[in-house]
Amino acid sequence: MTDTAQIPDSVHEQGEYNFAYLDEQTKRMIRRAILKGIAIPGYQVPFASREMPMPYGWGTGGVQVTAAILGKSDCLKMIDQGSDDTTNAVSLRGFFEKTAGVRTTCETAEATIIQTRHRIPEKTLREDQILVFQVPIPEPLRYLEPRETETRKMHALEDYGLMHVKLYEDIAKNGHIATTYAYPVKVNDRYVMDPSPTPKFDNPKIDRMAALQLYGAGREKRIYAIPPYTKVKSLDFEDYPFEIQQFDKPCGLCGAENVYLDEVILDDKGGRMFVCSDSDYCEERRADGHLGPMAADPAAARVGNTKTGETVR
Amino acid sequence: MTATQETQHSQAMTPLAAGFHDPVHDAQACFRAVMNAMARPGTRQSLDTAGLKPPAPLTPVAAALALTLFDYDTPVWLDKPLMTSEAVKAFLRFHTGAPIVSEPVEAAFALVANPGQMIPLASFNQGSAEYPDRSATVILLGQDFAAAQTATPAVTLTGPGIQDSTTFPVGPVPPVFWEQVTANSRQFPRGIDLIFAGTAGIAALPRSTRILPTEV
Repeated sequence: MTDTAQIPDSVHEQGEYNFAYLDEQTKRMIRRAILKGIAIPGYQVPFASREMPMPYGWGTGGVQVTAAILGKSDCLKMIDQGSDDTTNAVSLRGFFEKTAGVRTTCETAEATIIQTRHRIPEKTLREDQILVFQVPIPEPLRYLEPRETETRKMHALEDYGLMHVKLYEDIAKNGHIATTYAYPVKVNDRYVMDPSPTPKFDNPKIDRMAALQLYGAGREKRIYAIPPYTKVKSLDFEDYPFEIQQFDKPCGLCGAENVYLDEVILDDKGGRMFVCSDSDYCEERRADGHLGPMAADPAAARVGNTKTGETVR
Repeated sequence: MTATQETQHSQAMTPLAAGFHDPVHDAQACFRAVMNAMARPGTRQSLDTAGLKPPAPLTPVAAALALTLFDYDTPVWLDKPLMTSEAVKAFLRFHTGAPIVSEPVEAAFALVANPGQMIPLASFNQGSAEYPDRSATVILLGQDFAAAQTATPAVTLTGPGIQDSTTFPVGPVPPVFWEQVTANSRQFPRGIDLIFAGTAGIAALPRSTRILPTEV
């Protein structure tokens, strides 16, 4: 008889991982950081980020936050640049299917927890939903001041003049505020926060959102949060007010207007189309019979099935 | 065996109250209740204590919070009724491993079994301007959320997590408690966070919540 044969079957039935991969002490540590994050909206709480079985930049911060809050009755949705079927979303969804065995979905309305990389779903989120962001660089002042000791002091003193200088320089050079993603916001009139590299198109959705927002940065070891209905203001000037991107055409597939669009290259002769970045929203609209101007195009039909669009920046 | 020896023997053999039946999922459910309470200040979140029978004066809800949030990283301060109970200290030490401290300012969490006699909130760690997250979380036991039964009038809350404003009936709390809470929220981002533990539910009051003056 081999050694493995002596292990009772009940051990194997328990599975290989603790529920949602992380050990319980790690979950407690992350949970305490989340509670402090919620109590101080927009403040980046340091936490002992663990090494995860995926590389940094793959969403290790978001994964740790999700693992800490996830329960067996939750329904999880994973999106990457708005899409449910891109590499990052597929592999992280598989990670939680394997380690937690929770129900997963692509439908925004069905999910209780939505982990996202760089987009907020087009559909308005509800009070009973939680949005978890994967954040690469949580510190909005980092490119202006590389020293952590200094940026920490700037947050403590509410000294955000440098950020306004940066936005002013944008205007001086380009005639308008040229920051289009990771657009800095002020949370609850106190902390300046980086809403992760979401397009600034999504900034108005963060303001007074009904759902709780949690932000996790794994490599930088920070967690921060915005409670529901919290005032979140995008930084701007009186004479240069904050504006979101405008698209002159509707989605090529579903004809949706006032949504964020991805550019998809169709051939090497300059053919292109713009489609919804939120794949679930687009599919639902098409299922309801909405058709965009390019929905009948054979090239577009191929795109609609396997979307690989990169966000335009 | 003499009678004295017998008594000593039976004391030593008093079985330690059990922790969570299902440590992973019970702790997760409890945490979600705490998180929802913190994210929506003043709302009552129901909490199933799953048959916890901790030694008095520790209540089942407070025990669930302790099992969910405390471990060797979190020094815990206990008020007098809890501190004088060896059974409570043994329960917390065994199940959480949290060091029990005698100075309020050293604690990450505080458990208050007799809120009427609570020491001032200013005695706890308020965090620093650079690290406001290092402040204490104070858990008040034996709270009642039914408006009619509380001695103190309901306060009105506003701030992050609250759509417009909400009334928060809770008690018992010490006499000048709401003045202390107002002073606590005024020093934002520093300040302590409060969790109110009832019989089958909890509510929370993070430092970001502002107390509106009550209309008489």
